[in-house]
Amino acid sequence: MREIKANQITDKIKELFLKANFCINPDLMQRLEKALKEESSTIGKYVLQMIIENNKIASREEMPICQDTGLAVVFVDVGQEVHLVGGDFAKAVNRGVKEAYKEGYLRKSVVDDPVFERKNTKTNTPAIIYTDIVPGDKIKFMIMAKGFGSENMSAIAMLKPADGEKGIVDFVVETVKKAGPNPCPPTIIGVGIGGTIGKAMVIAKKAIIRKIGQSNKNSKYATLEKEILTKINNLGIGPAGLGGNITSLAVHIDYLPTHIAGIPVAVNVCCHADRHNEGII
Amino acid sequence: MWKVFFMRNIIKITVPLDIKEIVNLRAGDFVNITGNIYAARDAAHKRFFELIEKGKKLPIELKGQIIFYAGPTPTKPGHSCGSVGPTTSYRMDPYTPELLERGLKGMIGKGLRSKEVMKSIKKNKAIYFVAIGGAAALIAESIKKSEVVAYKDLGAEAVFRFYVKDFPAIVVIDSTGNNLYETEPLKYMK
Repeated sequence: MREIKANQITDKIKELFLKANFCINPDLMQRLEKALKEESSTIGKYVLQMIIENNKIASREEMPICQDTGLAVVFVDVGQEVHLVGGDFAKAVNRGVKEAYKEGYLRKSVVDDPVFERKNTKTNTPAIIYTDIVPGDKIKFMIMAKGFGSENMSAIAMLKPADGEKGIVDFVVETVKKAGPNPCPPTIIGVGIGGTIGKAMVIAKKAIIRKIGQSNKNSKYATLEKEILTKINNLGIGPAGLGGNITSLAVHIDYLPTHIAGIPVAVNVCCHADRHNEGII
Repeated sequence: MWKVFFMRNIIKITVPLDIKEIVNLRAGDFVNITGNIYAARDAAHKRFFELIEKGKKLPIELKGQIIFYAGPTPTKPGHSCGSVGPTTSYRMDPYTPELLERGLKGMIGKGLRSKEVMKSIKKNKAIYFVAIGGAAALIAESIKKSEVVAYKDLGAEAVFRFYVKDFPAIVVIDSTGNNLYETEPLKYMK
């Protein structure tokens, strides 16, 4: 049994969200530089140059990369030998989010009631927390500041087993096509296949935080990722949707066992400002 | 600066927009905007409409003006504005034709517009500019002054007046109805 104090969690969450909102990870920066070389459209090149320059300014000046500093999403792997002391887990996480968004001058974009009052909570909380219990005595946090321009373009389908690979490819490509310029392309596409309707979207979201362009370990799924990415980039949507051959930077698929009667397919779209970070206590 | 990398003619325009200037702009033109522009997004548009329905005056003058669909991050000490880029425009579509009828001439946002908005842009000889989504720290460098002019209680969704100098944008829908989102991707579709 290892004791972890609630305020250690608060501090770690705060640190991760501040960094994620100011600094794009090196793997994504490198991918954007590569995209600039690959893009053939003049407007597309201009857009990519602006994005790259923006990310440099943001990290240098500690300015938020995007004004939509997102809904705070926190994936947590909690070691089963951890004993939390000195407070409530969810409260500790939310306190970390609140402090980061206040001290970092980040935008508070959360409303308390989705339909009626829509009153801003002014703290950017509550965060969306997904917890998995794993072996070990550590806590691993994987956080995202998830913008809603791209979240709004996400979609889910319950395909028939007979739809197979083709059904999946068609649905993902169609989702990206429909989204057009809205989710701030070039995007990163998280795809979750299998599980239940709910779980498919959770793994699609988690797939976004994988290192950019790292293929699925299963070669069949890796091939599927490549096929979908090629088809998406053949749509011509391009950077900012103003035409070009780079519409998405990566397609990341994750999958789970599912029921004999179906194939849940979830597509979680992420803008080029894919802000995520991880840390371990 | 990023501008040095890019050798394409950039047209300088000023606000309030002049009709002669507007009709000369074409989808695909790169512009730098200087002058006062207003930031307003979902909640502010809703309030504008509540006023219009009651026959009351809007808190801002629309004639010849530009609305930027945006909600900035809070301003850090020593800065003139927080990070601010465009939000997705289609959510403002239900309100836009009425505002164009009332003299609004330009909008800065990102993403597709409805058929009604397209029609109204053409009818009222207005312009839809696109700023690059997610380039909010870079765009903030062009904002020299920022103040809340209405609905302070809405926080980031309040109406802001920004004095901008060389705000970078692209003409996407021009006053004749050309739409870059329709024409440009076709060239790269395989």
